[in-house]
Amino acid sequence: MAMKRIRGLGANKKYPGRLIVVEGCDGSGKSTQVHLLRVWLQSQGFPVVYTEWNSSAIVKRATRRAKRKELLTPTTFSMIHACDFADRYEKMILPPLHAGCIVLADRYVYTAYARDVARGCDLRWVRNTYSFAVKPTIAFYFHAPLEVSISRILFGRPSLKYYEAGMDIGLSLDPVESFKLFQGRIKDEYDRMARREKFEVIDATRSIHETWSEVRKVVQAKLADYEPPATQNSQA
Amino acid sequence: MIVIEGSDCSGRSTQTQMLKESLEAAGHAVMEMGIRRSNLLAKAISSAKQGNLLGKTTLSLLYATDLADQLENRIVPAMQAGFVVLADRYIYTLMARDLARGADLKWLKSLFGIALEPDLIVFLDADPEVLFYRTLAKYGELNYWESGMDLATGNSMHESFLKYQKSLRGHFHRLAEEYGFTMVDATPKPKVIHREISALVSGYLERIVQQPSRAQRETAALSPVATGRPVRVEEG
Repeated sequence: MAMKRIRGLGANKKYPGRLIVVEGCDGSGKSTQVHLLRVWLQSQGFPVVYTEWNSSAIVKRATRRAKRKELLTPTTFSMIHACDFADRYEKMILPPLHAGCIVLADRYVYTAYARDVARGCDLRWVRNTYSFAVKPTIAFYFHAPLEVSISRILFGRPSLKYYEAGMDIGLSLDPVESFKLFQGRIKDEYDRMARREKFEVIDATRSIHETWSEVRKVVQAKLADYEPPATQNSQA
Repeated sequence: MIVIEGSDCSGRSTQTQMLKESLEAAGHAVMEMGIRRSNLLAKAISSAKQGNLLGKTTLSLLYATDLADQLENRIVPAMQAGFVVLADRYIYTLMARDLARGADLKWLKSLFGIALEPDLIVFLDADPEVLFYRTLAKYGELNYWESGMDLATGNSMHESFLKYQKSLRGHFHRLAEEYGFTMVDATPKPKVIHREISALVSGYLERIVQQPSRAQRETAALSPVATGRPVRVEEG
């Protein structure tokens, strides 16, 4: 019984913590902002847990090897990332949320929706796979024109990785060209999701400091009713 | 594609091997598949299970990904080349295990929507008491996962084993109705069971050799290569 409530029905789950996720194309500046947010929240004395995409201790190595050897099809690419996410979700996201912590996730299920659909997977199938995951308190979408995010990535980068550039789906034989086309598809998917998923859309073309001021304002407003977990027995 | 399903110690692997030998002796090329046999994740799953520090959703997705990798990289090409694929356990084992752990059936059905539909599914049916005796006779002890110890039910390992195997069997029987398993009693001698399965399989193979499906006949009739007749082009 207990498992049923966690599995498959995650979207409506109530928890005392707060979940803040950052999404956007590579080069949109989201990792910089989530780092600033983490430091700021900690300086406020809040309990913060941070987790990033593709970092499960169990799955990470298998994924890295599979990418190096180019073993993944769009289906298995999607599924191995779901494994990685599920492991982090069950260990590092859900328990802290129940304990009342603030969980920061650099990329969440929306990354999978955008990338997997850009690779040709069926959106309903991908959404079903991740349907165990709770809805975040805030989902930031760092929005920048394609040329901006692409030039940030390509600047000073000697080569693009095979899957990163979407070379597996045969958009172009030229990695840079393939990367541009693939990122364009991903951005289209994010843009399509923005309203339905109630993203907080952040203009990511401005300076780091300007962007951060806006991010902080949104977070402050959403955390107004947040209470950190009690760590001492209340006096009866 | 022929699937042999059944609990541990139901004689499943013995039957798969016997069937493989008889199919090969009859001139069929056979490709085997099973659980945790992918190039992608077999090792990762084995080492993840050692620690037992594994969420149920993660375990479920790891096994599903393992199966998807076998299908996409090995099984689909083999079937296109005309192999008989023989699966020693398939999605039904994974579904039954997950259902016994409280997973949502709709979630599982969508997740496994990527799998090929087998032509014949044989289920080796045995009472949990029989499996209990056979497990002790074969290994001298009970296995943690086969006893459902991760579910933490029951006061002792053998109580947990019986409870878990009973629950699995119930789920298998429900899946049997839905997916049209052929039930085979797992208690007679291996040779007797083999004769029963062989009869099922050769009956099936004869039917498809003598009577190609409608789709096969139609595509053959339309092909200019096969008939020497030009394909008619619609005018207008």
